[in-house]
Amino acid sequence: MFEHLTRRMEFFSDVLQLRAHRQQVLASNIANADTPGFVARDFDFKQALGNVQARGSELRAGAMPVLGGGDARHLRTSAALGDVADRNRVQYSVQTQPSLDGNSVDMDQQRANFMHNAVQYESTLRFINGHVRTMLSAIQGQ
Amino acid sequence: MSMFTIFNVSGSAISAQAQRLNAVASNLANADAVAGPDGQAFRARQVVFQTVPMGNNPASAGVRVQNIIESDAPNRRVFNPQHPSADGEGYVTHSNVNPVEEMVNMISASRAYQNNVEVMNTARTLLLRTLQMGQ
Repeated sequence: MFEHLTRRMEFFSDVLQLRAHRQQVLASNIANADTPGFVARDFDFKQALGNVQARGSELRAGAMPVLGGGDARHLRTSAALGDVADRNRVQYSVQTQPSLDGNSVDMDQQRANFMHNAVQYESTLRFINGHVRTMLSAIQGQ
Repeated sequence: MSMFTIFNVSGSAISAQAQRLNAVASNLANADAVAGPDGQAFRARQVVFQTVPMGNNPASAGVRVQNIIESDAPNRRVFNPQHPSADGEGYVTHSNVNPVEEMVNMISASRAYQNNVEVMNTARTLLLRTLQMGQ
């Protein structure tokens, strides 16, 4: 019963964590825009979310040992699902304009990605807020 | 919350860019300096950036100034026999600073600085919104 209330929340929590992770990767790229030999990094969001979902459902199904819960009815923590960063290795992004010092950060692209990711993060937050509001009104029945 | 590392990463970049701006300022200030009594004129200084890992996330990479190197470009020599610092042939040795190069360097550093400030502002906004989650 309780799981029906939180299942969608878990999905949004995974998305939010991945967005935060990507935000960090993009911030590192922007910080290293002038470092010689630095190669820009990024990851495929769709694929990464797929990985997280697959592992999450495995854990919830009890196929793998989980910390902090010996019973299937125990609530799972996000720590039990493992760290997002561990499961998603970053990849090198494709170079658009080669530079003499070997740096492959395209500032315009990185800034666009950063803004895009920030908006997506905020929209995920709004989805969570909306979901919480829906669930609360369902509980209160008013 | 891993987003807090963004402040460390962008902070390191800001401090590195500030050092670069400092180097540009000292180069431009000494652009017209002539050689002293020892015959050694000022040489342009450039900072060298290096990536340093930050936090426990392998994807987050900060910046630090690894080294400050002096330019190998030949010093500018101007024929001016009346000058008190002229050598035996009547030439005065100036610094090897290229003002155009320094101005470009300065604009690039200030843009990079602004970008990192913007990154920090965005991260701050997102974290504050996250605090209000569920309200």
